Amino acid sequence: MTNTILRIQNVSKIYGDTEVLKDISLEVNEGDTVVLIGPSGTGKSTLLRCINLLSSSDSGQIWLDDQEITAAGVNHDHVRQHIGMVFQDFLLFNHLTALDNVMVGPVKVLGMSKEEAHKKAMWELERVGLVDRAGHYPGQLSGGQKQRVAIARALAMDPRIMLFDEPTSALDPELIGEVLEVMEKLSREGMTMVVVTHEMGFAREVADRIVFMEKGVVVEEGPPEDLFYRPKFERTREFLWKITELYGKHDQDGEQDAASVED
Amino acid sequence: MALWDIFVYILTGVGITVAVTLVALPMGLVLGVLFSLVRIYGGKVFSCLAGVYSTVMRGLPPIVLLFILYFIIAGSINLSPFWAGSLSLGIISSAYQMEIFRGAVLSVGGGQEMAARALGMSRIQTIQNIILPQALRLAIPPWSNEAATVVKDSSLVYAIGVAEVLRRAQFVGARTFKPLMAFTIAAMIYFGLVFLVSHALAILERKTRIPAF
Ligand SMILES: Nc1ncnc2c1ncn2[C@@H]1O[C@H](COP(=O)(O)OP(=O)(O)OP(=O)(O)O)[C@@H](O)[C@H]1O
Ligand SMILES: [Mg+2]
Repeated sequence: MTNTILRIQNVSKIYGDTEVLKDISLEVNEGDTVVLIGPSGTGKSTLLRCINLLSSSDSGQIWLDDQEITAAGVNHDHVRQHIGMVFQDFLLFNHLTALDNVMVGPVKVLGMSKEEAHKKAMWELERVGLVDRAGHYPGQLSGGQKQRVAIARALAMDPRIMLFDEPTSALDPELIGEVLEVMEKLSREGMTMVVVTHEMGFAREVADRIVFMEKGVVVEEGPPEDLFYRPKFERTREFLWKITELYGKHDQDGEQDAASVED
Repeated sequence: MALWDIFVYILTGVGITVAVTLVALPMGLVLGVLFSLVRIYGGKVFSCLAGVYSTVMRGLPPIVLLFILYFIIAGSINLSPFWAGSLSLGIISSAYQMEIFRGAVLSVGGGQEMAARALGMSRIQTIQNIILPQALRLAIPPWSNEAATVVKDSSLVYAIGVAEVLRRAQFVGARTFKPLMAFTIAAMIYFGLVFLVSHALAILERKTRIPAF
């Protein structure tokens, strides 16, 4: 029995006179990790912003659980409480400690008591391995630690789904691993996630499904094995190849093997 | 009149100088913060109105607004010289403070706002919990300049006969034929006040500084 948490139906988004998203349809089941890949400017960030209503789509519908969140009269603030968002540049609240960054959502948005929120926040910091940094301000944390706090901040709202927009792209290479580890753990624990990333190692090992987008359309989607080893389109293969070469040197051999196996 | 007596006579005006400042500065602060938010978040019409207010009020010499308020408006609503003076300085200051806070809010950045909205905060909650706490900190140094300006501009109310430091200095200087001494004392008093205010705000800035930011 799979339960669909997110359903995107024929969503389009227009900026000026360019159609950035063209008739996108996508479903994400409970507990699934969907990795979204595609060239720069393809509309991946735009799609994530449409999902949590930071941008409005120009046509189509989006459902979160059984609610159509794109319907008129829906309270956007309420919808966003249930959707966790992790940004490329962390966007921790600069004036708050790690602990307060994680507490502020439950306290101000959910109306949780300070004591309860404190417990909750410490629990979430524990999950990302940063209890010992609870009193640190963002400026006193490394990039990897900032991103883990940002993940804890989103988790503290007990979201139905987590959206990640290139969560490791702003990180020094040696800090990427700690963030991917946390995300992998979340995925194993059954969190529903949509992840935009260039980390092909993560995509291959953690994703239940990979969605390849180009120029505002979904070109191809399927389990990692299919996209890596049996892509339907030459474009998919080319892109995966290029991105693996660019971002994951350690993956390159595997990729070449895969290519030769297939030929 | 001995030097000491002249000094005491002028110093008696400090109460009024301080009182004018304590009306004008907080009034400018409240209106300034409010108008800066209207300017940024108020939508086309209100934002535009706030912009016009800012441009006009910063374009007027304070003394002109003071005369308008005192000689033209005060007559019909029974405004004392003290209040006419303090209010006009508060209005002028609100326009400058509005620009200070507008700059501060804008430099906090859209990313912080986006992160807060993504958590489910409403716009008001975002401004209250995320934007203002950071913007107010950023505003302290330029606000310190504005506070100094208001302390000094409080001397303008002398023109409508309020017996503050400058008016008293002029009066006692003329009566004792020691204007240099009288005005020097006045200058020192203003300097002392400005020094105190700047120093207090520098301490506030240090105390509220975000670690490693
Ligand atoms: N606010 C906006 N106004 C106008 N055009 C925009 C806006 N946001 C995005 N776009 C355009 O929409 C297109 C898709 O942008 P988007 O950021 O979603 O791409 P992306 O797939 O996330 O790319 P990247 O990998 O570089 O992050 C781009 O051509 C971009 O220029
Ligand atoms: Mg993007």
